[in-house]
Amino acid sequence: MNDSIHDVDILMVEDSPDDAMLIIRELKKNNLSNRLVHLTDGVQALDFLFCKGTFSDRNIEHKPKLVLLDLKMPKIDGLQVLREIRQDPRTRSIPVVMMTSSREERDIAETYNLGVNAYVVKPVEFDNFSKAVTEIGMFWLLTNQSPK
Amino acid sequence: VLTGIPIKQKVLRALMLTSGLVLLLTFSSFLIYEVITFRQNAVRQLSIQAKIISSNSTAALAFDSRADANEMLAALKAEPHIEVAAIFDKGGQLFSSYPTDNSLQIPAPASFKEMHYFERGHLISYEPIVQNNTVLGVLYLKSNMNAMYDRLQLYATIAGIVSIVSFIMAYIFASWLQRSISWPILALAETAKIISEKKDYSVRAEKTEDNETGVLTDAFNQMLAEIHAQNEQIQSFNQNLELTIQKRTQDLEAANKEMEAFSYSVSHDLRAPLRSINGYSKILLEDYSDKLGEQGKQTLNTIIRNAIRMGQLIDDLLHFSRLGKQSVKKVNLDMNSLVRNVCDELAEQYPKKADILIKPLPPIDADSSMIRQVIQNLISNALKYSMRKENAKIEIGAYPENDHLTYYVKDNGAGFDMKYYDKLFGVFQRLHSANEFEGTGVGLALVQRIIAKHEGRIWAEGKENEGATFYFTLPTNHH
Repeated sequence: MNDSIHDVDILMVEDSPDDAMLIIRELKKNNLSNRLVHLTDGVQALDFLFCKGTFSDRNIEHKPKLVLLDLKMPKIDGLQVLREIRQDPRTRSIPVVMMTSSREERDIAETYNLGVNAYVVKPVEFDNFSKAVTEIGMFWLLTNQSPK
Repeated sequence: VLTGIPIKQKVLRALMLTSGLVLLLTFSSFLIYEVITFRQNAVRQLSIQAKIISSNSTAALAFDSRADANEMLAALKAEPHIEVAAIFDKGGQLFSSYPTDNSLQIPAPASFKEMHYFERGHLISYEPIVQNNTVLGVLYLKSNMNAMYDRLQLYATIAGIVSIVSFIMAYIFASWLQRSISWPILALAETAKIISEKKDYSVRAEKTEDNETGVLTDAFNQMLAEIHAQNEQIQSFNQNLELTIQKRTQDLEAANKEMEAFSYSVSHDLRAPLRSINGYSKILLEDYSDKLGEQGKQTLNTIIRNAIRMGQLIDDLLHFSRLGKQSVKKVNLDMNSLVRNVCDELAEQYPKKADILIKPLPPIDADSSMIRQVIQNLISNALKYSMRKENAKIEIGAYPENDHLTYYVKDNGAGFDMKYYDKLFGVFQRLHSANEFEGTGVGLALVQRIIAKHEGRIWAEGKENEGATFYFTLPTNHH
């Protein structure tokens, strides 16, 4: 994890430390985790993105290149975080990828209605899981071009 | 005369008919009595007159004095009803006549005995003229019955007037009387009509008399009360039923919601730990393989394999339970291309080539993704269970029957023992062990559920080590 909270590539919001470690490990393998911040619930995520609370000295203009969002989280869930990101013009353009265990149709539909950039079901099988994480990291950090 | 007319008219007519008949009988009997007594009187009176004349004319006959006889007979002018009178001598020759007109055809007496008879509206009388037991001749009298006819005419006139008056009176009385007979019945009929029109069973008929109509009214009211009570009972039953249904529906909805919440959290929370088991086992394999040794690696691989299998089970089960809520969206399905697509996809998963024969398959109206799952499950089963055969052969075909199409997938693989047929379509029921053929035991249960949702039938035939054939039907009639 990067200590700097000012210049962030990936904001990962994931309440399961086990899943988080697996994701970070895969990203690290591909050298994508140098500027990654890991937060464990929706409240922290919103504080970070809107520079409030412990993150009040952050500059909102320094947007992460990618937000990896877990759907089910304590306090404020992924859907709510996504909704607030999309409602605020300052954060609207941040790419958000929802990562979740759920294949439920209503979760997918709702997430897309709120304007998610991708919905990824975390595979149980590890090879597929690592492949998915690597592809997401590669695409959004290296291939994709976001507005400044 | 009395059928099919209103009861008021019926009673009135019955009364009028009866009184008319009584009047007719009364007048007829009086008339007959009158005629008989009048005729008896007429005979008696004429006989008396004849006797007087005959006893008076003995002298005229005895002395052969026609003038005396004529004079005596002429006195009959005072009796206008006597039209003709004549005296015959003992030789039967006309001696004297009244009137004296010779043109009168007076029949000669047949005998010299006293006799009376009626002839063409006249009374004829013969009276012998006797002196000292010696018959001198006979007297002939012909009297008309005008007096009787006059009397009868008068009688008829009176009878007519009386009849008309009594008929009118009878009509008035009958009209008044029939009301008391028909009114309770009419009132009952009116009540019945109101009830059947308004369907209001709380209305009651009013009882006016303590006779048969009263009994009728009571019975009618009792019947109404019973219907009313029964209606109320039915209504309360219905209400109870509705309440029960409402409660059941609520329970069911609650159970459904619970089930949904359950499957939602299963889908979220049950897979996460499996991912960790998998992932961290993999990390061990990747980062510490030199320390683990062959047995350690094998153990970890077993853990990984089982975690993956568990994940597959959860996925299949969720899929199966979600199917219950899904509705069938029928479209016209090209079964040929669907089966070919599925076969192409599966060919990648099952590298060992099987000889697949696809016969012409008629199209059907069914849910595209559901039927695809059915076909996929059946063909992948066929491929899986014939994997170990030298010449694996799979045949897919269809044939029409009455109102449905039957499709089948046939293989010559491991087959199954018909003894265990009842377990074939059960959830988590398997007829082969996991190391023989892998699988979760959800596939055929899923297939059966989909076919049931389409109102079709599914069944199978099999023989151990010789193969199995799975049939399913889909209805062709359009709803």
